[in-house]
Amino acid sequence: MSDITHTDLDHAADAHDDHDHKPKGFLNRWLFTTNHKDIGTLYLILSLTAFMVGGFMAMIIRAELFMPGLQLVEPDFFNQMTTMHALIMVFGAVMPAWVGFANWLIPMMVGAPDMALPRMNNWSFWILPFAFTMLLSTLFMDSGGPAAGWTLYPPLVLQTGTSLAFVVFAIHMMGISSIMGSINIIATILNMRAPGMTLLRMPMFVWTWLITAFLLIAVMPVLAGAVTMLLTDHFFSTNFFNAAGGGDPVMFQHIFWFFGHPEVYILILPAFGVISEILPTFSRKPLFGYGSMVYATGTIAFLSFIVWAHHMFTVGMPLQGELFFMYATMLISVPTGVKVFNWISTMWKGSMTFETPMLFAIGFVVLFTIGGFSGLMLAITAADFQYHDTYFVVAHFHYVLVPGSIFALMAATYYWLPKFTGNMYSEKWGKIHFWLSTIFVNVLFFPQHYLGLAGMPRRIPDYSPQFADFNMISSIGGFAFGATQLIFVGVILHCVFRSKVKATGQVWEGARGLEWTLPSPPPYHSWTTPPVVTHNLVRHAE
Amino acid sequence: MKKENTVIVVLAVLAAVIAATWLMLAAPAMTGNEINMTRGVTSLSESHYSLHMVVLWVCVIIGIGVFTVMFTSIVLHRKSRGHKAATFSHSTTAEIIWTVIPVLILVALAVPATSALIKMEDSSGAEMTVKITGFQWRWKYEYLDHDISFISALDAASNQARQLNSGIEPESVENYLLDVDHPLVLPIGKKIKFLITADDVIHSWWVPALGWKRDAIPGFINEAWANIDEPGIYRGQCAELCGKDHGFMPIVVEAMSQTDFDAWTRQQLADSQDQQQQTERLWTRQELMQHGEAVYANTCASCHQPEGQGLTPAFPALAGSKIATGPVDAHIDIVMNGRAGTAMSAWREILSETDIAAALTYTRNAFGNDTGDVVQPLTIASIKRQAGKRQNTEQETAP
Repeated sequence: MSDITHTDLDHAADAHDDHDHKPKGFLNRWLFTTNHKDIGTLYLILSLTAFMVGGFMAMIIRAELFMPGLQLVEPDFFNQMTTMHALIMVFGAVMPAWVGFANWLIPMMVGAPDMALPRMNNWSFWILPFAFTMLLSTLFMDSGGPAAGWTLYPPLVLQTGTSLAFVVFAIHMMGISSIMGSINIIATILNMRAPGMTLLRMPMFVWTWLITAFLLIAVMPVLAGAVTMLLTDHFFSTNFFNAAGGGDPVMFQHIFWFFGHPEVYILILPAFGVISEILPTFSRKPLFGYGSMVYATGTIAFLSFIVWAHHMFTVGMPLQGELFFMYATMLISVPTGVKVFNWISTMWKGSMTFETPMLFAIGFVVLFTIGGFSGLMLAITAADFQYHDTYFVVAHFHYVLVPGSIFALMAATYYWLPKFTGNMYSEKWGKIHFWLSTIFVNVLFFPQHYLGLAGMPRRIPDYSPQFADFNMISSIGGFAFGATQLIFVGVILHCVFRSKVKATGQVWEGARGLEWTLPSPPPYHSWTTPPVVTHNLVRHAE
Repeated sequence: MKKENTVIVVLAVLAAVIAATWLMLAAPAMTGNEINMTRGVTSLSESHYSLHMVVLWVCVIIGIGVFTVMFTSIVLHRKSRGHKAATFSHSTTAEIIWTVIPVLILVALAVPATSALIKMEDSSGAEMTVKITGFQWRWKYEYLDHDISFISALDAASNQARQLNSGIEPESVENYLLDVDHPLVLPIGKKIKFLITADDVIHSWWVPALGWKRDAIPGFINEAWANIDEPGIYRGQCAELCGKDHGFMPIVVEAMSQTDFDAWTRQQLADSQDQQQQTERLWTRQELMQHGEAVYANTCASCHQPEGQGLTPAFPALAGSKIATGPVDAHIDIVMNGRAGTAMSAWREILSETDIAAALTYTRNAFGNDTGDVVQPLTIASIKRQAGKRQNTEQETAP
């Protein structure tokens, strides 16, 4: 607390009494809220719900793939499950979770009283439950849900019935929500930092989110345009993607992946930020190479715009195009490597303890790196003509998304939940959750590398018996990983409602940064008077 | 901490990391399952395999190094051992080193990766050409130099076993899901060019033993090539999601010596003359109904269902349907040209004139439909010729 001047302390003390300022009544508190903490909570609840729904779909997929032959579902419903699983997990679980943490943390981290545009913030959130209800409702329509994969490639997706319109509008709404959320985040970070919180003093989580927000604003309109063209092709007889009418089905893929590749960094950059917060805390040592971490994030974001066609090497591009996208893709491993090396250097010669957030962070570094290696392999275009659209790709992106993004989300949950709630979670159950998750996520996804290399295409509901063994292992891992996540829900509910162990303001011995100088839980309105940020408060050297 | 201890820890961690790597990468092979990319039977598949192994080894070695350092630190630098945290927070030298070395590794990888790609994209000097067209959910092969063409679809045994709760053990079906009625027959030792396209949605033609897959895209013709070294049967699958039966459109390549291939082409030409004669003669209603029942079971029943009852919502019933009991011209038109925006394909190019005529006759007189209509193969053939002429005139008059 010595980093804050006395006047600020007085005001901080005033703020403690702000509990009474919460709006009265359930609807007033939650439906009409403009408070960044409440909106953050809403996002996180939505995200956890979507994680369970999307996870349930994954269980259906793995159950059908448990052994060869069709036992449970028709192929068309299987395709609806793979499509919806991806849409729900990407747009419903991971993205809203990061926006939820951004809402909670960014104002507290930069010393702002709230988000810059609080009423818009309310709207950004409340669009989402409607968007997801609409998306999920397609499963109950006569024409069935979308079944062309989350990439929605035409002409196949145009064979969807009327439900396509609902999918498209749902995506529009999610896009509007994301853009408004991003504008809010950028405005908050650029305008509302406390005195002394210079850009290069900002926590890495704030930096990664600033860059993510720019990516979102750049690419969500592109996705909206692409799906709108699908809509008019389907319902208004346009021919954007219909070769027979002079259109071009491959153009959709170019447009989609111009959105889609930055999108994968939207899912992972905030994870990089979280890991860069957690590792220094439990290593009791400043983040290694803060400056290069910021530049590496920026470089990755830039490169993410010029590698999109590596998702579509087999569509028949000119050789020069293939070479360009191969080199650009390989290049991404350089800044990503810098990040991994910096994280390990942060741990090196630290004084480490291994509470649950640290365990998840270490799990992230190891397993994300494995996902990065398979990414480098996929970048090698000629070999990609074998890897493409096989389970090797499925294994790759699940490694970077599940023990990548989702492990980072879990780490963040365990790390900040005591701050948000004022209660400690159960360390014992947190560790059980970590170990079971880590074991079963590998049982689930590692065998999928072999399946892909041995020749199993992705998105098939049934397979040749030669693939039976590893599919069964993968399914067992999947069921166990799914069941393990119930522990996660249990730990959260226990921490919020039942835990008797109170958290201190500092929570973690090695934690540095503005949010830890607030009490736990923080007052409803924090930093109503901006703190003055000095060098000592930031965890990294300048 | 004493120096020797550090060395012991590093070695122990290194051994553990190597053991874990071996367990993940090599041990599963002992279960007798295929776990690695095939070397295949073409120069392309061989070069893609070696490229794959080079990158894999580069990743494994970097991984072992990185994880050894990391876990050494986890063992040594813990608070519970009383380790005091150092305070360093950057080192320009180190950061330059771990930026430059990866760049050098990438450049070294890019060299073989570039030459493999250049080789794959060079389909010049081909000695024969096969055009491949993807349909939902079958492949059409046209031998452009031999005037041979046929459709290749999932074999009947797999097709029965793969129905939901069919009660047939997949293990009891030979080459379950990887067998077709008419394999693509190719000669060995010849540079074969493939022209790949699709008629309805995007598919992807993939035989791992040839070393590549290529998307089959409506309106585009993609090129690829192969020069097969050894005779044999090589199996693959469609690799791009193409609808409900995406998992059920396998590919089988039968590679044989030039002599055997020549014999095969002669046989095919003779067969196709037979077929021509079949189209030109008049069929009895009974013949058409009999043949139509077989065509229906193989081709139509997977969507419209064995008893013509359909499968809501996507696949309408034929029993009592307006189309199957209405004017015959409209029915012919839908079967031949498909219906845009639905899963109904255009069968004009997929089925023979005889098959289309028989299927039409059958569906107009089965499942309680009672039109009494008989559609002759000759009728279909003349409609097809007229459509062909119209298309040609349109092309000629186009500016």
